[in-house]
Amino acid sequence: MISNPVANSSDRARESSKKKKKRRSQSARDQSENTTQSRTAIPWKSEAQQQAYSSKLLQAIRQARQGSSAPAAPRRGGGAVREAADRVLAAAAKGRTRWSRAILTNRLKIKFMKNRRQRVAVTASSRLKKPRVSILRLKCKNLSTVQRKARVLGRLVPGCRKQPLPVVLEEVTDYIPALEMQIRAMAALAELLSGSASGSSSIEERAWGVPTVKKSLKQVAGKCPAAEFFVRMHQKYLCATVGSHVVM
Amino acid sequence: MSSRRSRSSRQPGPSRITDDQINDLVSKLQQLLPEIQDRRSKKVSSARVLQETCNYIRNLHKEVDDLSERLSGLLETTDASQAAIIRNLLMQ
Repeated sequence: MISNPVANSSDRARESSKKKKKRRSQSARDQSENTTQSRTAIPWKSEAQQQAYSSKLLQAIRQARQGSSAPAAPRRGGGAVREAADRVLAAAAKGRTRWSRAILTNRLKIKFMKNRRQRVAVTASSRLKKPRVSILRLKCKNLSTVQRKARVLGRLVPGCRKQPLPVVLEEVTDYIPALEMQIRAMAALAELLSGSASGSSSIEERAWGVPTVKKSLKQVAGKCPAAEFFVRMHQKYLCATVGSHVVM
Repeated sequence: MSSRRSRSSRQPGPSRITDDQINDLVSKLQQLLPEIQDRRSKKVSSARVLQETCNYIRNLHKEVDDLSERLSGLLETTDASQAAIIRNLLMQ
């Protein structure tokens, strides 16, 4: 292990240059695949992005629940979480894509409508098919199959109803990885919550309660790697609170 | 290849976007789909790719809805202390 530092550094430099060459060729390959998007594309697949999203999501959900000040009816309960999840996802996109901007502006519009007209908003979900669209939708038979399907696709992605085909395709290419990340993060969060809920009721219990929580957390961590991050943080907290009782 | 080109070249209007660009975008989209990834890209038509994309997005939306329902239920039944702990940990 302890070797000549000069030789070590030169070896490291050679290795790092080799790695850099490999990385550069790979990134060049990736760049040739995504021509225009690579400059502003967000790495939805990265672990860091997912963790950042998860923490903001939990914050937003907690805020939404505290704001309502009472457990909402089961039908709207999921809707509040959905809204928060979409909002945080759109915020994570940093305004570079149409769908993210559309989600955020839709929510603002409905908030303003609610305040001005003081009527209960139906729902803030932008996925409801509003009746206006049927008037504007041109059912032109001259449209090719590809065009027709692109119209359908444009309705599914928020903010892309009237956009031309290449715009819709670009938006979708960013929207799908974002949705996948959203699902991964929410699934990890749900697993963590359900795992720790079934394990023990509260963490302030005595030492006998802690091992069950640990066990359930370990089970959760084994299922998906994203939850390992949460588990590690949770374990750190357990060590801090319970002190000598916890033996990792 | 010629059949694909003739199908989309019939569209009128200010289409400065070339068919090649559209096909390029469609092939990029195809890379994202989980089902068609294994097959060779030549054999799947653009309409098929778009159809699969629509279905996939609908599935993803449905999963998000299910997960939100589940999360809202979990957050109600979980102890308030646990949720606060998790939140504090994540905010670090």
